[in-house]
Amino acid sequence: MALELYLDLYSQPCRSVYIFAKKNNIPFDLRRLSLLDGEQYGEEFGKINMIRKAPALRDGDFCLAESIAILLYLAEKFQTPDFWYPADLQQRARVNEYLSWQHMAIRMHGSKMFWLRLLIPKVLGVEVPQDKLDAALEDLNGSLKLIEEKFLQDRPFIAGDHISLADLVAIVEVMQPVGSGLDVFEGDPS
Amino acid sequence: MATRRLVEVYLDLLSQPCRAVHILLGCNKIPHTARTVALRRGENRTPEFTKLNPMQKVPVLEDNGFVLTESDAILKYLVTKYNVPEHWYPRQPERRARVDEYTAWHQTNTRPHAAKVFILEVLLPAQSGSPVDEVRLIRALSQLDDTLEKMESMFLGRQPFLCGDDITVADLLAVCELMQPVGGDRDVLQTHPQLQRWRSRVQAAVGDSFDRAHAVLYALRDRRKAKL
Repeated sequence: MALELYLDLYSQPCRSVYIFAKKNNIPFDLRRLSLLDGEQYGEEFGKINMIRKAPALRDGDFCLAESIAILLYLAEKFQTPDFWYPADLQQRARVNEYLSWQHMAIRMHGSKMFWLRLLIPKVLGVEVPQDKLDAALEDLNGSLKLIEEKFLQDRPFIAGDHISLADLVAIVEVMQPVGSGLDVFEGDPS
Repeated sequence: MATRRLVEVYLDLLSQPCRAVHILLGCNKIPHTARTVALRRGENRTPEFTKLNPMQKVPVLEDNGFVLTESDAILKYLVTKYNVPEHWYPRQPERRARVDEYTAWHQTNTRPHAAKVFILEVLLPAQSGSPVDEVRLIRALSQLDDTLEKMESMFLGRQPFLCGDDITVADLLAVCELMQPVGGDRDVLQTHPQLQRWRSRVQAAVGDSFDRAHAVLYALRDRRKAKL
């Protein structure tokens, strides 16, 4: 049985897994999930992933949740090129550092912008107060600033000269607010 | 050739992730220099510390010029660099993935929900002088309870430890987080006997490094109890 990936491509962590698998020609069966339609609460999905979140991986009897864990597992199992998750101790630590930080920072703030600007007003039809939007934008800008000043600095990529999983995970989060019409790159050439 | 300095770790033992790093170092006898950064005295906001870590947070590791933040990354760095017993962070992909899965989930579940209880019950009242916001506390406790149930059903199950038969860095992160409310004399595992037994196994596995790491937290609890 081939590797199965359960993904909803509206979700940032699902996109990072999808891009990584495709880019590295990792063979997998795509099982599309629609989180908005509540498909993650179905009985079948519950057997694969008790955490009931996407992305989820099933490799034979082995089931795994959490995009970071999935990315690291795929990198190891399919022996992807070293730069994605360097074997060098310190370079790997830099990648781990970003992957750990981002959960409660850019991931939270980018998602919030997407919800406040798009999902809530356009899909749920509820108006969002301006002060909430302003506060969320401030948080997002804070995270983006940290990414620039601490994680990138004068390097082309987070771990140095080459792209790694850190950059992939970062870009899908930074793109999420763009999906709601917010140009996060405006005025920020780095 | 310059002599290499011992790895330096900047810790405040009132911080949960700092305790996890402290226990790993102690229990594996990893040679290091420990530097205390007292958050309550603003020692994380000094110009020197800010130069080391602009995010002004602990723990921080410094290895001869290489500076690393995030307890997750620090724990994984230490276990790899110092050749500690493999069970702490197994090499086999499926077993390692289980640890990565927990440490990721921990960031957005165990950590914020357990920290919130301590913040509402101890930190905020201490800083502002106002009484505990009971409504928010009840909500936070309920949310933590849900998280504990998920921890039991999704991770612990019938295993001795969160990720399998042996203790891993995941157990250290989890146990230190769940000990935090003890600072306010609250045992959040009181109604979770399975997790209490897990905690005892973790304590047995790490020996006296557990109490050594938690001494500052116990002292805080005892001072508060004395005032009542």
